[in-house]
Amino acid sequence: MRIGIDVGGTNTDVVLVDGQRVVDSLKVPTQPDVTTGIVSVLKQLHERNGYRTDAVDAIMIGTTHFINALIERRRLAPSAAIRLGLPATAALPPMVEWPESLVEAIRGTPYLCHGGNEYDGRVITRVDRDELRRVVDDIVAKELRCVAVTSVFSPVTAEAEAEAAAIIAEHAPHLLISQSHEIGRIGLLERENATIINAALSELAIDIVRGLRTAISGLGYSAALYLSQNDGTLMDIEYARRFPVSTFASGPTNSMRGAALLSGLSDCAVVDVGGTTSDIGILQGGFPRESNVDVTVAGVRTNFRMPDVLSVGIGGGSIVGTDPSGGPDVGPQSVGHEITERALVFGGEVLTATDVAVAKGWSDLGDPERVSHLSQEYVDQILDRIVERIAEGVDRMRVSARALPLVAVGGGSILLPAELPGLGEVVHLEHHAVANAVGAALGMISGEVDRVFSVPAGQRESLLDEAKQEAVDRAVRAGAVPATVEVVDVDEVPLAYLPGNATRIRVRAVGELNLKHAAPVAEEGVRA
Amino acid sequence: MTFTLSSSDLLDLSVGAAVLGTGGGGDPHIGRLMARRAIGSGHVRVLGLDDVDDDWFVVPCAQMGAPSIGAEKLPNGAEPVQALRTLETYVGRTADAVVAVECGGINSMIPLVVAAQTGLPVVDADGMGRAFPELQMKTFAAYGVSGSPMAMAGEFGETSIIDTGGDNARMEWLARGVTMRMGGVAHISEFSMDGRDLKRTAIPGTLTLGLTIGRAVRRARTEHRPVSEALAEVVAESGYAGVRSLFNGKIVDVERTVDAGFTKGRARFRAFESAAELVVDFQNEFLTARLDGELVCVVPDLICVLDSETGEAITTDRLRYGQRVQVLGIGTPPVMRTEAALAAFGPAAFGLDTPFVPVEQLA
Repeated sequence: MRIGIDVGGTNTDVVLVDGQRVVDSLKVPTQPDVTTGIVSVLKQLHERNGYRTDAVDAIMIGTTHFINALIERRRLAPSAAIRLGLPATAALPPMVEWPESLVEAIRGTPYLCHGGNEYDGRVITRVDRDELRRVVDDIVAKELRCVAVTSVFSPVTAEAEAEAAAIIAEHAPHLLISQSHEIGRIGLLERENATIINAALSELAIDIVRGLRTAISGLGYSAALYLSQNDGTLMDIEYARRFPVSTFASGPTNSMRGAALLSGLSDCAVVDVGGTTSDIGILQGGFPRESNVDVTVAGVRTNFRMPDVLSVGIGGGSIVGTDPSGGPDVGPQSVGHEITERALVFGGEVLTATDVAVAKGWSDLGDPERVSHLSQEYVDQILDRIVERIAEGVDRMRVSARALPLVAVGGGSILLPAELPGLGEVVHLEHHAVANAVGAALGMISGEVDRVFSVPAGQRESLLDEAKQEAVDRAVRAGAVPATVEVVDVDEVPLAYLPGNATRIRVRAVGELNLKHAAPVAEEGVRA
Repeated sequence: MTFTLSSSDLLDLSVGAAVLGTGGGGDPHIGRLMARRAIGSGHVRVLGLDDVDDDWFVVPCAQMGAPSIGAEKLPNGAEPVQALRTLETYVGRTADAVVAVECGGINSMIPLVVAAQTGLPVVDADGMGRAFPELQMKTFAAYGVSGSPMAMAGEFGETSIIDTGGDNARMEWLARGVTMRMGGVAHISEFSMDGRDLKRTAIPGTLTLGLTIGRAVRRARTEHRPVSEALAEVVAESGYAGVRSLFNGKIVDVERTVDAGFTKGRARFRAFESAAELVVDFQNEFLTARLDGELVCVVPDLICVLDSETGEAITTDRLRYGQRVQVLGIGTPPVMRTEAALAAFGPAAFGLDTPFVPVEQLA
């Protein structure tokens, strides 16, 4: 058996899964201390089901710990940002456009050093060992504890970053180092920003991982522990210690993955209707489509891989008001998690989207008598607005005019009818309210290759095969069952401005988690 | 008209410069950050074209190369001024003012960096009136100003002078080679001229136009009024021939290919309430717009694809199915529509067999 937990901003959802079957599920309010909340929900799950804790093979957690710490500027470690690129890049030093409060919160200290490469892999300047040693001395003197290393064009060649990291580690082994080529893609400032954020979260990551492991073994579990990543696969917690930013968007990703698993659809649109917003995403081959634009997190532009999600200001708690022309309107204001006190059907005084769905007879939540005064015409007008806004959002997210099935999940999915105009059937699911926890529980293991290859004429196929095999091997090494590993994504981008037919090849292979392999936690984390 | 520009104006200018980029010109983001650092809490003095003395020595400044490389290998910061100084030394004259080569995209910002670092004024004008993919596509060249000598600077402090006499195409070709060796991006000063020639060949008021377009977009958004209306007001006050709303709808298809360093392609838009279809062809920038097969706007007039909600310009590499957009045409000023100008950057210069017809007559 496995347990999946998704810690959201409002609720923490948990499911107990046997094979592919959902045995039980629970939804409780998220507590300020996330780990305490996880412990309490695990206790409740155990009380309700009385399973043997040693029958649980793995516990998967999708968590907002790290993104919240960043947004609230809590428990961020003092960090240095070393950039390798001199004499290039000095025009805009690290953290040039960060909010002042965030720079202060991490005591962010920029260092510009030599190193880095040109677009075609040529060296700009060599990494300077003495220069780096002086920088490390200064970092130690300033009592900074984490280091982000970013070199120019490291997604093309990571040699300079690796060399610098080795020098830093040799000179000051206690520093926690994040390297940008492992975190982001081309686009120096955005990749560097993501790397600095990762560095500043790396102490917290160690603490959280230790805390979760202690808490879970304290409850008698010997299960392996995994965290959900932005791309819908799992990382073991050793890996999570090194890449906390990989958890930033696991919430919407888990919802989408859960929708895929519960519906059996691998290519579809998913709308997750929450309390305040509806998150719309697209599944391709069972995984969320990635955003290809920069994502601003806590006021900082970054470019790490995130699912492409469109948020529409409509949820179960959306307040019904009037639009400028006097007609009925819904959202974006919402009663949020206070819905169980403030919505009419729950005895409150605010007319919400949920009340309207109850009045229409689509839901039996609360006391329907309290909304019986609403005219059918008014109710239909409001539901039309909701459907219109969500349908527009779904249409925006499609990549072509081809029809895509739409799966609705989340507590607020009662707002949606069985069919949307222009989009067809809406698939409603059992366990829809905990799809995110299902997505976490049934997460897969991935292996990835992302490199710039020089492709000689006639050798494209063999190079691709080589890259695919490497991705498969990495997935297996990370804990996937070999027979289940499949290549799910091959992306070839010819770099037009490079000589020698340079092509960036990205291959991702995914397989089911090998539960037998899962038990002993590796010394060095792997996701490959 | 003389005015001063401070860091707080740069965000508006970058929004306006993206609109004038007509789908290309490179993301002004990096340029804006460089200008912001250079200006700091100070300001840059902007002179109207009429305020330029006939005998002044005016130097156009720009960044050249692939924008995608520029977003990864940032400049050292000294290159733009170094290119200027190198040119001054070679010619034996000292600049009295700088000016933009291209008012659309990232190159709207580079002269501001130079002006802030040197204290020189920047002239409210440019040589393209929008963004174009090639260096010789400018009014300066069309009206006989020589591009040579051209000064280039890279991040190592290295400089290069290219002097091909009157052959601008050869200058461009050699400069491309040097740029690639410098790592894909170089800063340049070229087409230096006296004030008399600048007044004869430049497109006036384009820095102000970028600023006022940016402000209009921002205000339209806060006041919830149509961006096209707000833009029409500010464009009417410029020397441009006005704004035409070409289309409102969503993107239903985008095709793209990379060919000889250019991104070429075609986007299709479908109207919300009817079956009308707009087809826009592009080569880095938008070239033609056809409504149900009929030409409604053609280069050098500007085709601007704006996000319906934010009013911000969408570049050709970010066009995507499902986006709600409004498409506007902006008519260029007379100086960009003469026979000589159209030979440099009209439809024929892009291999199109459509004759140029002003957008005001088409739409």
